[in-house]
Amino acid sequence: MYLIKNWYKKNSIAIAPYIFIAPNVILFLVFMIIPIIFTIYISFHDWGILGAPEFTGFQNFVKLFSDKVFWISLGNTVYYTAATVPLSAAFGLLGAILLNRKIPLRPIFRTIFFAPVVVSMTAAGLIWTWMFNPHYGLFNEVLSIFGIESVDWLTSTTWAMPAIIITTLWLRIGYCLVIYLAGLQAVPDSLYEAADIDGANDWQKFWRITLPMIKPTTVFIVVMEVIHGFMVFDLIYTMTNGGPGTSTTVIVQYIYQKAFVEGDMGYASAIGTVFFLIIMVLTAIQLRIGRDDS
Amino acid sequence: MRSTATTISHEEHPETNLQNNFQPKTNMKPSRRKRTFSAKKTIAFIALCFMSLLFIMPFFWMLSTSLKSPEEVSSKDVSLFPKELRWSNFVEALDAAPFLGYIGNSLIVSILAVVLTVFINCLAGYAFAKYNFKGKNFLFLMVLSTLMIPVQITMIPNFFILKELDWINSYAGLIVPRAAEAFGLFLARQYILNVPNSLIEAARIDGASEFKIFLKVILPNIKPLIAVLVIFTFMWRWNELAWPLIVVSEKSMYTVQLGLAMVKGEHYIEWTQIMPLTLLSVIPILLVFLFFQRYFIQGFVGSGMKE
Repeated sequence: MYLIKNWYKKNSIAIAPYIFIAPNVILFLVFMIIPIIFTIYISFHDWGILGAPEFTGFQNFVKLFSDKVFWISLGNTVYYTAATVPLSAAFGLLGAILLNRKIPLRPIFRTIFFAPVVVSMTAAGLIWTWMFNPHYGLFNEVLSIFGIESVDWLTSTTWAMPAIIITTLWLRIGYCLVIYLAGLQAVPDSLYEAADIDGANDWQKFWRITLPMIKPTTVFIVVMEVIHGFMVFDLIYTMTNGGPGTSTTVIVQYIYQKAFVEGDMGYASAIGTVFFLIIMVLTAIQLRIGRDDS
Repeated sequence: MRSTATTISHEEHPETNLQNNFQPKTNMKPSRRKRTFSAKKTIAFIALCFMSLLFIMPFFWMLSTSLKSPEEVSSKDVSLFPKELRWSNFVEALDAAPFLGYIGNSLIVSILAVVLTVFINCLAGYAFAKYNFKGKNFLFLMVLSTLMIPVQITMIPNFFILKELDWINSYAGLIVPRAAEAFGLFLARQYILNVPNSLIEAARIDGASEFKIFLKVILPNIKPLIAVLVIFTFMWRWNELAWPLIVVSEKSMYTVQLGLAMVKGEHYIEWTQIMPLTLLSVIPILLVFLFFQRYFIQGFVGSGMKE
């Protein structure tokens, strides 16, 4: 015992870091890395709720390619992401530009815009489901002020996804706004002063100075929001559960559906594996952009 | 160990501290830009008021519905304000679902998770920031690569691992597997990199053990980081739905979000009961946000910046 203690004391600088990272690394291994490997393994098997996994080779993947719902859910994921990312970034930037000046009530505005960011997707999903209620909801009521006819938001195959996108904008604009505000404040005033001397108008200043100067911020926001978009689950689970039909089924929720509702573990793992590959590609692109940027 | 003397000077400005590590100028001071016409400012102000109105509306609608009578809610003319404040909605809602129990579960899970997560993230962040050891880069990359992996990819194996451990429907199952997370570790490492090495070496010469250096030198110097991690972990755990959905099937172990998600599917429950429950679930996190807004914004802004 004494020997071990003595040995540790002598080598503690070499050993201590391993002890310090051990809890983290063990948890990552057991609940992240091993499960990912296991998911890939299971994806080559047929595995229902009962019984043992049975090796079936690429059968799950073959099935996947001809599974309409899989392609629809992939399409919906892309639709959702392609709509939410530019819109929340644009509105966030607009808000940040409006706020980036001496204006009364500035901190209060910022608090109001940011508050939805801390609200859970589940709560937001419920609030907006009720907002979108076709008969008693506030949303159609507000639209009617502008003479727009009532829409059956969440029960319409056309409008369910836009409704979820609107909810997402409420949740995410504040996040983009705050990040943009920080980005805008890092732009040196001298650039604008020089532009003023050259007689540039606001529009020119925005396109020639602001936008190029905050490009790193934009890249960061796009990366974060794309990740966010691809992983959307809670909102859809609470608002539509993928419906009506498959009009709002997204990939993450389709995996959940297959595994825990229908009990088809092998097939769900195959979708998970494909999705994992998609994420890896996205990450690679993201790293590429990040490197080009710096 | 003179821990007061080892506190580095940036301690004095905790509010700008975290960001300064990542980006030179991120504190929210109004810019010193040349004053433009006040007409422009007026337009901006009106636009901001309009936007704020849109952002507050859903909160207001939730509050308003929480206090309306079921008849009023299901009447054809939608009204903004309740005719009379019907506080009994809350009593009825809590009768319909054991929501206080869910809040209790969420509090237990969130608070224990905060303690565990923040501790192990700071500890590992310290090791990754201040030691050289074999496999360091590999291990760090391995952890970071999980940043983008959603729970749904790992949930099937995790479900069976939890079953093996007998952690289904338990606090341990809700807390422990998600205690290690890449975002917090990444933030911790970045922040601890800026703690001067001289402090660590001085303590080492004084004969402090490695763990004692962590406790007495590192921790007192990273208070703003700890604040951000505490708040973020709390928010993340309080708001989480996907993981509890896998771990918990018994109603007595439901967390707040799980309770909320399930409540909608139950036919006998009215919107005048759902909205009070939603309100109760949102209030704790909104309060935390209002009191610690600074740290929320720092965490979000700081997390984005590279070294």
